[in-house]
Amino acid sequence: MRFILQTEPLDPSALLAGFCAGRTDIGAIVSFTGIARDGAGVTLLDLETYPALAVRAIEGHMAEARARFELHDLFAAHRYGQILPGETIVFVAAASKHRRAAFEASDFLMDALKSQTPFWKKEHGPDGAHWIEPRAEDHADLARWNKKDQMR
Amino acid sequence: MARVLLFGRLRDIAGWSERALPADTLGALTAALAAEAPELGEALRAKGVRAAVNLEMVRGEVLLRPDDEVAFMPPMSGG
Repeated sequence: MRFILQTEPLDPSALLAGFCAGRTDIGAIVSFTGIARDGAGVTLLDLETYPALAVRAIEGHMAEARARFELHDLFAAHRYGQILPGETIVFVAAASKHRRAAFEASDFLMDALKSQTPFWKKEHGPDGAHWIEPRAEDHADLARWNKKDQMR
Repeated sequence: MARVLLFGRLRDIAGWSERALPADTLGALTAALAAEAPELGEALRAKGVRAAVNLEMVRGEVLLRPDDEVAFMPPMSGG
């Protein structure tokens, strides 16, 4: 179980290859890649974090995923700083004996990263810059897991 | 003195991200910030704004010790 929090670009293909390498013990790997969009002319995404608290929160989410689902391994990478459209913001991968646990763990971890981890997004575009507010769906997504909304 | 950190739009509204301020409680700190900058005070009271003291999320009133790190955070939006 490992995670990366960095300003440098993330390469999801390389991360997935590294996660899969040498494994013969597992039957399923599920990965998710979240990418910065250029909707409404967005030219740059400024992703702010509180690194010390983010590390603590991500460790907690991953430990919770391990406790909830039958996993062999779990990996997460989140970028922060200045991100261009088309670049990877977040990557998660889960390995398990059968597919269901890996799908669910990836889904769970993404919901926790979305609304329960100290990240804030500012979009820069033709009309200047504005902060992205969390959507109601983010909290509804979290509620699917009966997970306490600790950060709200 | 508490080390006070602001994130996201709170930082933009205040025009600073980190300051050392004297305060015995979280409530006193918030009141002092609001007295100095009403717009920030209003933003700190907005729905979904959370505080952490020494990397622990807190609710309600909290006693502060010197050198505590107090962070004010708007609703989180990662992924």
